[in-house]
Amino acid sequence: MSLLSDVAIIGVGWYGFSPVTLEASFREMAFEAAVSAYEDAGDLDPRKDIDAFVTCEEDYWAGISITDEFMPDQLGGVLKPVYTVAGDGLQGIASAYMKIKTGLFDTVVVEAHSKASDILTFHEIMNFGFDPLYTSHIDAHPYYLAGLEANYYMLTSGVGREHLAMIVEKNKRNAITNPLASYGSKLSVDEILEAKYVVYPLSVMDIAPLIDVAIVFVLATKDKAKKLSDNPIWIEGVGWATETNYIETRNFGEALYARIAADMAYRLAGIEDPKKQIDLAEIDDKFSYKELMHVEALKLSNRYSSHLDLERGEFNRNGPLPVNPGGGFIGIGHGLEAGGLIKLLEATLQLRGEAVGRQVKGVKRCVVQSWRDIPTATGAVVVLSNEEV
Amino acid sequence: MKMNINLKNRVAIVGAGLTLFRRRLKETPKELAWAAAKMALESAGLELSDVDAVVIGTAPDAFDGIHMKGEYLADGSGGTGKPVMRVYVGGGTGVFTPIAGWWHVASGLFDVVLAVAEEKMSPAMPHPQSVFAHIWDPIIERPIGPNLIWIFALEMHRYMYKYNIKKEDIARVSVKNKRNALDHPAAQLGAKITVEDVLNSEMLVYPVQRLDISPVSDGAAAVVMVSEHIARRITDSPVWVEGVGWSLDTVHWTGRDLAYPKYVECAARMAYKMAGITNPAREIDVAEVYDPFDYKELHHMEGLMLARKGEAPILTREGITERDGDLPINPSGGLLGVGNPIAAAGMMKVTEIYWQLRGEAGKRQVKKPVYTGLAQAWGDLMQVGTVIVLRAG
Repeated sequence: MSLLSDVAIIGVGWYGFSPVTLEASFREMAFEAAVSAYEDAGDLDPRKDIDAFVTCEEDYWAGISITDEFMPDQLGGVLKPVYTVAGDGLQGIASAYMKIKTGLFDTVVVEAHSKASDILTFHEIMNFGFDPLYTSHIDAHPYYLAGLEANYYMLTSGVGREHLAMIVEKNKRNAITNPLASYGSKLSVDEILEAKYVVYPLSVMDIAPLIDVAIVFVLATKDKAKKLSDNPIWIEGVGWATETNYIETRNFGEALYARIAADMAYRLAGIEDPKKQIDLAEIDDKFSYKELMHVEALKLSNRYSSHLDLERGEFNRNGPLPVNPGGGFIGIGHGLEAGGLIKLLEATLQLRGEAVGRQVKGVKRCVVQSWRDIPTATGAVVVLSNEEV
Repeated sequence: MKMNINLKNRVAIVGAGLTLFRRRLKETPKELAWAAAKMALESAGLELSDVDAVVIGTAPDAFDGIHMKGEYLADGSGGTGKPVMRVYVGGGTGVFTPIAGWWHVASGLFDVVLAVAEEKMSPAMPHPQSVFAHIWDPIIERPIGPNLIWIFALEMHRYMYKYNIKKEDIARVSVKNKRNALDHPAAQLGAKITVEDVLNSEMLVYPVQRLDISPVSDGAAAVVMVSEHIARRITDSPVWVEGVGWSLDTVHWTGRDLAYPKYVECAARMAYKMAGITNPAREIDVAEVYDPFDYKELHHMEGLMLARKGEAPILTREGITERDGDLPINPSGGLLGVGNPIAAAGMMKVTEIYWQLRGEAGKRQVKKPVYTGLAQAWGDLMQVGTVIVLRAG
């Protein structure tokens, strides 16, 4: 049984990509995204043509207990198999991937959304994610954890603040020509270094801002994909992992969760030398230093040398391995549990040749990675290709 | 959806674990999850290092007051450094967690998967019912200040009215389940009560009385799910997952037929189709049906097509659903007797069917020989049905 390339992305749709969405609720946003995804997938009727629906969300972000109860109506999934993965969008993709691999399902829809602009107390909610006995009542902004990790990583790797600023400079510059990006701008490294600190060594520039967004993907088997789609994108591998929820016992500065997830995805995709075999990477950059750490965890740079590759311009849009050519979370904004799908959408558009304003030439295989933000050590990886194996 | 002839890999349950179900257990949620996971692994003769992936089921975060509860539970569930995924369909999560475990293995991606469900309701102050104040549509319904007992009173009343069912026939379910639970070592509310006791208990919201309702509980449950080649190697009596099904109805519950759970029927049809079951009332030997309220057992038996519409109370009155009857329902004692730590309660039903099919249920073992069993749960805003069909190997 070949595990290669028998699951494809046949449709994508999105709504939002803006810091504030006054005109639509999260339910209306999901509806709009679903309608365009079904159209993109070859005018599917969700009542007839789709076997199962996955949504990715967390109760506390929505301010509603059992928030998944609101999802069947907007997706066309009433009285059909609908369920929630309480995790990042890429975990939802992995879940759908597994279902298609069982042989029982032909088409599965994955949805994730963020209505971050509705959240008044983002950081207080984040604090509820820490261990209730040991760490959740520490009276500090939860980003202290990112500050500690960034310090540790910089100390051990030789990364300086200017390298973090170079990541910000690259991603914000890439975002300027991306019509979906809200936070593009042309700033020099010196200007970025002048921004005021939130948590040392991270300034407001180093932290990705939030956006509202809803994204829907349609996944299908090989047979269905060939029937329905002119430009299927093949999912070659998926991986996800959780390190530990105890912040005290984690391996700081190496993103082990991303390494385990990447190893799994590479194994499924048959990738032995990621540096050579990957053309483009969409890497989680909720904090600037995380992009460097994650690039190393995904074996796209050697340990402690990602900043040297960055200095040489290897991650630029016209470099040998473009990283976040659409602007990343720092340039586009990040969307809670839809974060992974923002990355997956960028990679899908690049592979289809539809990445208006930020198209990289000759892209054949992408790796997409996401992390579930403070305080988790959970991440997921997906490998995509536009060539059928 | 296709028939299971397209399935590539069979999946077996080879171990099960369960903690005590109690109100105000002193263990943390992590500790509860690990107690159940450890018992499941030991009963399967496996170790944590054998586990490839972990699936976690737990209902609203607000019960434990922890954001991203799946992340919090990952360590306790044995997921450190492993692929961990939390799945969620409200109250139906308990039966849905092994369904998700099934596709982890059936996809061919993993050989050994640990499915863990945990719930700790008692920390919610002043009462976990207050968590349910936040499940409603925030604009249309929440301002009215509804609670769950209200809407179940509506549903129960509608069910009684439509099929002309007497309250004493519903009360029999509570009597049966609490009696069955006397034989369950984890049970919280096993008791010998009479129909009169139920009818004379405190009226909460007409027609729902105190003894119609399952308790507030803490607890955890776990099962080990493996691929066929592992199952053949480690056990002589695997229990196969033959069918899975789930279905989510619209969130607009006010427009639904409250007398009949159509969503349970859709879920059941999906599972029966996969398992090749055409006459469920005849082919299912024993069933664990979700019973947070006594009328829900009857309601769900009808949705599962184990009884015709409006006739489940007759089966109950005639003793057919007793442990020594033709169609034993909830031989464990169900949620009414064993307790209702939401996700863990659903998983408890799966563990009960597992033990029944292996003949390991001890005093709870049903009288007739059983080969095919079913566990079902229900949840969200009265809108989801989750069904798993198991068969002795």
